Amino acid sequence: MYQRLRTFLFVGPGLAWLTFFMVVPCLLVFLYSFFERGVYGGIVYDFTFENFDRAFDPLYLAILLKSAKIAGLATLIALLIAYPAAYAIARAPAQRQPVYLFLVMLPFWSNYLIRTYAWIVMLNREGLINRALLDFGLVGEALPLLYNEASVVTGLVYNYVPFVILAIYSSISRLNPEIAEASEDLGAPSYKTFLRVILPLTLPGIAAGAVFVFVLSIGNFITPDLLGGGRVQMVGNLIYDQFLEARDWPFGSALSLILIGVMMCLLFAQAVAVNRSAEGTR
Amino acid sequence: MKKTAFAKKLLAGAPAAVLALGLGPAAAQTLVISNWDGYMPADMAEQFEAETGISIDVANHATNEEIMGKVTASGGKGYDVIFVSSPFAEALDKLGIAAKLDHSMLPNMENLYPEARELSYDEGLTFSMPYAWGTTGLCYRSDLVSEEPDSWMDLLDPSDDLAGKVTMLSTDRWMIGAAALAKGYSVNVTEEEKLTEVKDLLVSAKEDLLAYDDTTFYSKLVSGEASLVHAWDGWCNYGIAENADIKYTIPSEGTDLWVDTMVVMESSENKEAAHEFINYILGADTHKWVVENILYKVPNKASMEALDASMVETYPNLGMEPAAMLEYEMLRDVGNAQKDYSRLKTEVMSAQ
Amino acid sequence: MSARIPRRRDPAKLFLGGHLWLVYTFLYVPILVLMALSFNDLGLPTAWGGVSLKWYGELAQNDAVLRAALNTVIVAVVSTILATLLGTLLAFGVERRQRRNNTMEALLFAPMIIPDIVLAIALLSFFTALNFTLGLHSIIMSHVVFNIAFVCAVVRTRLRNFDFSIVEASIDLGAGEVTTFRRVTLPAIFPGVLAGGLLAFTLSVDEFIIAYFTAGAGQGSTTLPMQIYSMIRFGVTPEINAMATIVMLVSFTLVFISQRIDRKAISQ
Repeated sequence: MYQRLRTFLFVGPGLAWLTFFMVVPCLLVFLYSFFERGVYGGIVYDFTFENFDRAFDPLYLAILLKSAKIAGLATLIALLIAYPAAYAIARAPAQRQPVYLFLVMLPFWSNYLIRTYAWIVMLNREGLINRALLDFGLVGEALPLLYNEASVVTGLVYNYVPFVILAIYSSISRLNPEIAEASEDLGAPSYKTFLRVILPLTLPGIAAGAVFVFVLSIGNFITPDLLGGGRVQMVGNLIYDQFLEARDWPFGSALSLILIGVMMCLLFAQAVAVNRSAEGTR
Repeated sequence: MKKTAFAKKLLAGAPAAVLALGLGPAAAQTLVISNWDGYMPADMAEQFEAETGISIDVANHATNEEIMGKVTASGGKGYDVIFVSSPFAEALDKLGIAAKLDHSMLPNMENLYPEARELSYDEGLTFSMPYAWGTTGLCYRSDLVSEEPDSWMDLLDPSDDLAGKVTMLSTDRWMIGAAALAKGYSVNVTEEEKLTEVKDLLVSAKEDLLAYDDTTFYSKLVSGEASLVHAWDGWCNYGIAENADIKYTIPSEGTDLWVDTMVVMESSENKEAAHEFINYILGADTHKWVVENILYKVPNKASMEALDASMVETYPNLGMEPAAMLEYEMLRDVGNAQKDYSRLKTEVMSAQ
Repeated sequence: MSARIPRRRDPAKLFLGGHLWLVYTFLYVPILVLMALSFNDLGLPTAWGGVSLKWYGELAQNDAVLRAALNTVIVAVVSTILATLLGTLLAFGVERRQRRNNTMEALLFAPMIIPDIVLAIALLSFFTALNFTLGLHSIIMSHVVFNIAFVCAVVRTRLRNFDFSIVEASIDLGAGEVTTFRRVTLPAIFPGVLAGGLLAFTLSVDEFIIAYFTAGAGQGSTTLPMQIYSMIRFGVTPEINAMATIVMLVSFTLVFISQRIDRKAISQ
């Protein structure tokens, strides 16, 4: 009894806050998804499954898939950039590592909107990269670098790669260097040591970084909005449009619930995968 | 020097912010107004306060949708007057969020063009007051296009030298409107087959599009990123102000007449002051001052007639007469067809 | 005669080092470009008109931006304090329990994965349903929601290596629950708490969508990201570059200071 009370003392206030300001509001959204849009927007309280019917239209599933594709691409590229960088930092002399890490994280602490805006300046037709390419005579005409999927992916990678480096670094730096040495002493070539020993052991860091990028990317609204020029539709923009432009809150709510559901499944799958791999290496 | 000024300003702001944090509405006679950023003279609030003693707190919204999203959710609570385009004003009225206007408190209404009082979405101006009006058309760099555009198809199926250098408005109503006009349909078209044609046209148009852009298209013209953009006439004038090669034209298939309106919130506790604000705007001098600042036409006869001739020379579309504008159809709220509109837009936006 | 054996350069090492510098280039070039542009008299990315502080001058005249900056600081400080407090207690309570409670885990994870736009709409509907007046305080309440989750997550990683038996020992020796937490637990996990608080502060300073929807009307509850978003959406006033430079320098300074404190805390 006393123990319960004690736990409650610590856990209670935070849980109460989350319940009041997250669970209850989300339940409201849940309720909305079963009602109907009024003729002029707003909500008519007639129970219906219509919104979910509409949401499972192939059109919206295609957008969900496309968002997953963009988020997946951003995740993959971020990992490919981050892993060697994290590895390089972990291999650097110990006293320099904090400085290197600090330099990686520094941009991450500045404003997201500004970091994204910087890429508009870099990539637009009259922007810096095109200007440089033209001046050096590498291209005859300015390239359409901005307002496509590639620019959206670039923006996502740019914004999230520092965190991935950090996550992988913390995983690598926890490795006991003797493991790698032992493997090499036993005659394994270094690429085999890397593939068979180091990579599996740093999987939790990779997974943490990947989930972070993927989850933040798939629901992202600002990056496609600013760097996609409206030409790249992701599920975040779709939801935004339902709530704001179409004033169709019930449908927007249904789409939100589906997105949350998809994320829950992904995270569950990731947790299972990590547990499995942890058991495998034991 | 600058640093101290900066610090002083920060300090001066602190008590107000603390008040806002703790107590919510502080003084009774502060009007909260939400307008598009830069859509009224920067010192409008100061001028109004000097004249009436009523202070104004100006909030900005980037698009109609943003402010509509907020206001439909909260019933307009906290706002006194908001600026929205006519179909949105119509929806606000139908939702019961817009207050009925008391014309006895708006003597300056007599400055308006007679035509501006009989607009189809709000005949007799019962719940909205026109602030600015105009047409939607093509804004282009005459030095970068090989031929002067004169059709919506110049935007929707641009010539090779313009491919990738055109932008369209991203709000569903205007995006769909452009294609509907190109097909010879009403800007409020709701028939399924016609909407399908509109969709197909918009999907094929997307290939040659630089971006969908509601807010920065004129600067894309100025920088040369775009050569031809889908634009509201007044906003094209921003571009003309920076580059005299920029021109505006109404395509031969026609356009829509849009009206940006001022709407008083039913939930406002300062309705009297809100009316006073609207009446102030409608004053011949004030509304003229607005035109000089935002370069949009206003439906105010007294103001437009007092406008300096050189303004119309520089910005020819300011000279368009109300009778000519009224030949075009107005955007109306499409009610339940809004679902079809937003689905159509989603199809276009998600097309490859 | 030179007997020096030519040092074999490890190609893997060379690759790693080169890659790291490329990554730094990728991370810093866009930022440095913005900073450089902020001193460009013409304010254009395409032409250089000489060094000037013109845009900083204009920014200093912009009351709306200054007000928004102040609002942002208020929101971030208050929500960070609240979230750090609640999140740390939560982390401690959860980690001390032996059994994992899945509902609780989900609850703590949810704020991190619910898309911002959804949480924003949900909170706006909620506040509206309660007929609650919106303002800076509603932004703060909303920011605390996701900040609790992040603080809690960070502190929990720190607590994984924490030996709870010293807590039991301290209590057995007669120290109260609160005293034990303050004197024993907190010093041990302090770097984690600090890191969590810093993360919360940054997230709150950065957050745009939730703030937009839960803000009241008017300048009184406009935050800096809302202001920046509107500036970006309305294009290309060169003041943005100046503001970007200041925002970055301020956040970099803060991070730098907090790193120093953090290192001190660790070395103690």
